[in-house]
Order: sequence, then structure tokens, then C-alpha cells
Amino acid sequence: MGFFLEVLAGGLLAGVMYSLVAIGFVLIYKASGVFNFAQGAMVLFAALTFVSLLERGVPFWLSFVITLLAMVALALLIERAVLRPLVNRPPITLFMATLGLSYVIEGAAQALWGAQVHGLDLGIKDEPFEFAGLLLSQFDLFAAATAAVLVTTLSLLFSKTRIGLSLRAVADDPLAALAIGIRLQRIWAVVWAVAGFVGLVAGLLWGARLGVQFSLSLIVLKALPVLIIGGFTSIGGAIVGGLIIGASEKLAEVYIGPLIGGGIENWFPYVLALLFLLVRPAGLFGERAIERV
Amino acid sequence: MSASPHISNSNSKGSAPLLRLEHISLSFKGVKAVTDISFDVAEGAITALIGPNGAGKSSLLNVINGVYQAQHGSITFDGEVRRHMHPHHAAVRGIARTFQNIALFKGMSVLDNVLTGRNLKRRSSWLEQALRIGRAPGEDDAQRRHAEKVIEFLHIQPWRNSVVGKLPYGLQKRVELARALAAEPRLLLLDEPMAGMNAEEKQEMSSFIADVNREFGTTVVLIEHDIGVVMQLADHVIVLDYGKKIGDGTPDDVRNNPDVIAAYLGTRH
Repeated sequence: MGFFLEVLAGGLLAGVMYSLVAIGFVLIYKASGVFNFAQGAMVLFAALTFVSLLERGVPFWLSFVITLLAMVALALLIERAVLRPLVNRPPITLFMATLGLSYVIEGAAQALWGAQVHGLDLGIKDEPFEFAGLLLSQFDLFAAATAAVLVTTLSLLFSKTRIGLSLRAVADDPLAALAIGIRLQRIWAVVWAVAGFVGLVAGLLWGARLGVQFSLSLIVLKALPVLIIGGFTSIGGAIVGGLIIGASEKLAEVYIGPLIGGGIENWFPYVLALLFLLVRPAGLFGERAIERV
Repeated sequence: MSASPHISNSNSKGSAPLLRLEHISLSFKGVKAVTDISFDVAEGAITALIGPNGAGKSSLLNVINGVYQAQHGSITFDGEVRRHMHPHHAAVRGIARTFQNIALFKGMSVLDNVLTGRNLKRRSSWLEQALRIGRAPGEDDAQRRHAEKVIEFLHIQPWRNSVVGKLPYGLQKRVELARALAAEPRLLLLDEPMAGMNAEEKQEMSSFIADVNREFGTTVVLIEHDIGVVMQLADHVIVLDYGKKIGDGTPDDVRNNPDVIAAYLGTRH
């Protein structure tokens, strides 16, 4: 039983890391109905910028602020150069645009800072320690606390404020949003900037764990099953989805793995996501499409 | 004949017009949508834009609230002359509108949709709103009260918590009107508010529009195909055909205008 709990706790905490990436997708999906394929590239760009500044002797917090400003600038640029010309186009067009954008951002990040692997030390130990009889990682707990703060802030911002209501309005019907005086461009810029901030946080935590390198942008693929299970439109769903993925992949590896030769941790989330697609295509917390027939 | 630009021969209730379009021309990649259109809309009047499909009526509404930007001409709203409008500016200045193909936030409730119409009336900062401190709570209540009043006015209380996308078409049209009214507009632009309705629903909708105009003094510009409704509701009728203005005057003037009869009631319709 103790072993089961330990695997479960480890899995849940690993899941939080997936959630952090997934939240960035949810934000942009909520505001424009588009799966932003470039989110992974934004994570890479943020982490690479931060670590490169750090290596050049810029203090920690200053690096953080400069990287944040860079992400905001990137968001403004994307709004101006990509989103504005494509306003009112079908979502698939925007999706293709984000696909292209991801290559541009990845390329730019590496052209700017080089392609070598950087280590990143946030000063938090990634060693297990015993808590209530369970072996837990301090780093995982830190990641979980960060995610909790992030989710609380974002939920408050997007459920209680005018920005939140505008966001839902823009996603629902851009034309109607314009007519009631919502500034589409501003909302998009805000959302992409916030997604950039979330990307920065995810990039720092993932970068500290895996090292800052090109493969960081591939965490997009890990976020996909999280989004399918949690729903593309719910920040809470991204958290729950991440926890489910994290816990189930670890438990599956430990308990089902030996039966079929192991190594199932990598593909188990996708099988789970496929099952969800069959049973509940909108995910656990996603908005179900309303259709009158 | 009223083909010359600028006639404000409507039964103006105010002196200076609330809205004046001068020589508006709009084209899309060389295809002319409207050509050299000028007219005045008197404060407090109900003005109807009529004309066959494709005459440029919706384009003209889109120019007035800035969804489209005309290549030529100017718009004067409440004394302010502009080359073209911008949707945000139009909303701030008090121009609200509805669309031909209902543009509502389908995933939200009726109440939330109406509340979005109050969007520009909120003064508290996002920080106050997020933490529900300072001006935010009182303001929330005030906006909600106002939204409820509009909902009551249009008799949609029974559906106030229903998701809009699930409501029947006629009700959605009414919710869209409610959202526009929630902004307390000075000028209300209605693009075919009665399209697709049966006779009873049309009657109901036109009495709502008349009520709004009478009780709040809201100036209305509407597009409508049903001539019976137009003649009964409007103080002032503007007739468009092929993007040009061919008639402008009181319903009676227009009814007797031979150009209008030829274009609108003639062979094509």
C-alpha cells in the first residue's frame, strides 16, 4: 500500500508538470479556438533566453524580468504579424499559421542563443526526501506549488474580470465582440503575453529537470493527451488532466508494465486520450458544442 | 425625386442630425458596394434602410459602426466628423447594433450575453475585479440590475439563465436586441431584426422597437424587407438599389416615388 501511494504521489506531481504546459494551450484556445502549436516553441524560447542571460552573468530576477519582457514583445509581434491579418479566418488557417510560427520561433531562439544544451539550476534540490512516510521530491513539490499559484491567479483573472468576459466573448463570436466595443487586438495580445508567461514558468521548471535544449519544444506532445482528457477550454481541466495522465502513466508502468514487457509510460497517455475521445470528446471540463438541429 | 444628396426632409425631432453620412463610397477589391451615399438621421427618429438584396444596406450599417471602412466620404456622429469609424470608438460613442445572422455568444447564458453589453460601462480595474475589492462589487451589482431591467423590458426573464445557443431563433433575435440595449445606446443599428419571423413575432418585435424609441428616445436605423412593417414603424425611409440611393423621405414620399416603385416593387421583387 505504501508503495502504491508513493507511485501515485510521484505520478501526480509529475502530472503537475504536464499541466503547466497544457495551461498555455488552454489560454490561447479559449481566446481564439485555436490549438497553438507554437506553445512548445515559446517554452523553448523562454527557457533558452533565460538561461543564456543567466550564463552571461545577469542576476536571476533580472533575467526573469527581461525574459518576461521578451515574451510580451513576442506576443505583440505575433498579434501584429500573424493574428491580425488572419482575423475571421477559419480555425484551421490559424492552426497552420501557429505550425509555421513554431518553426520560426524555434529557429529564432537557436539563431539567437545557439543550439547547445544548457544546464539550469533554480536552486531547488531534485532529491527525494521523506514526507509522511512517502518519498517525495522537493522539486516536484515546488513545481506543484507554482502551478497552484498560477492556476489561482489565472482563474481569478479570467472568471471575475472584464478581461475574462471579453476573452470568452472573443472566442465565441469575434464580430459580436467588436460590436460591443471589445478591442480584439488588445485581448489577443494580452492572452498571448499571458501564454508566454506561462511558457516561461513551464520552461524554467522543465528546463531545470531536462536541461534547456531543443527537445524542450516537444513537450507539446505531452500536453496533447492532457488537453484531450481535461478539455481544451478549462484551466482547471488542464490541471486535472495533467494529474490523471501523470498518475496513470506511472501506475501503469509499475503495475501493467511488467506484464507486457515494460516501457509503456511513453505511450500509455495517448491510449488513455484515445479512450476519452471515444467516450467524452469534449474532455472532462471542456465546453460541449451546442448545436440546434 | 430625391436623388440629390443630402435631404433631411424627414420629420426631424431635433435640429442637428445625430448621424450624417456624406458621399460614402465603399468597394471591395474594385467591386462597388455603395456609391456616393449621403443622408441624415434625425435624433429620436426611426429610419429604415430598404432595397433589394445586395443593394448595400448591410454594408452601410457596417460603415456606420466601423466594421467596414469606406474609401470615400465622412461620417458625422453627434457633431464629430470622422473619415471612418472604428468599432470600439463607435461603441464608446453610443452606437450599438445587431446583425443579420445573429451574432451572440452562444455558449453563454442570456444574462451573461446581456451583461457583455454593459462591458464598456465598468470603471473598476481588473485587479479590483479579480479580488472583488474597491469599486468592483458595487459595480457588479449595478450592472446586473441594469441587465435585469433590459431583460424584463424585452420579456425574456423566463430564459435569463438559459444557454443562448439552445434558444429558438426568434428569442435569440430578442436577446441580441437586449444586449445592444444594455449599452444604453444613442443610436441603435438593427440589421433585419425581423428576418425569418412569423407575423406574430414580427408584430411583437416591431412593438419592442417602437417602445425603445419612445421610452428611451433611442435613435434607430434598421434594415427591413417587410414593407408593411417599415411603413408602420419608420419616420424616415431611405431606399438603396445597386449601392446607390434612389429614395429618401417619409414613408409616403417613398411610396409614391416612381424610381422606388420601379426598383423595389417592380419586376425584380
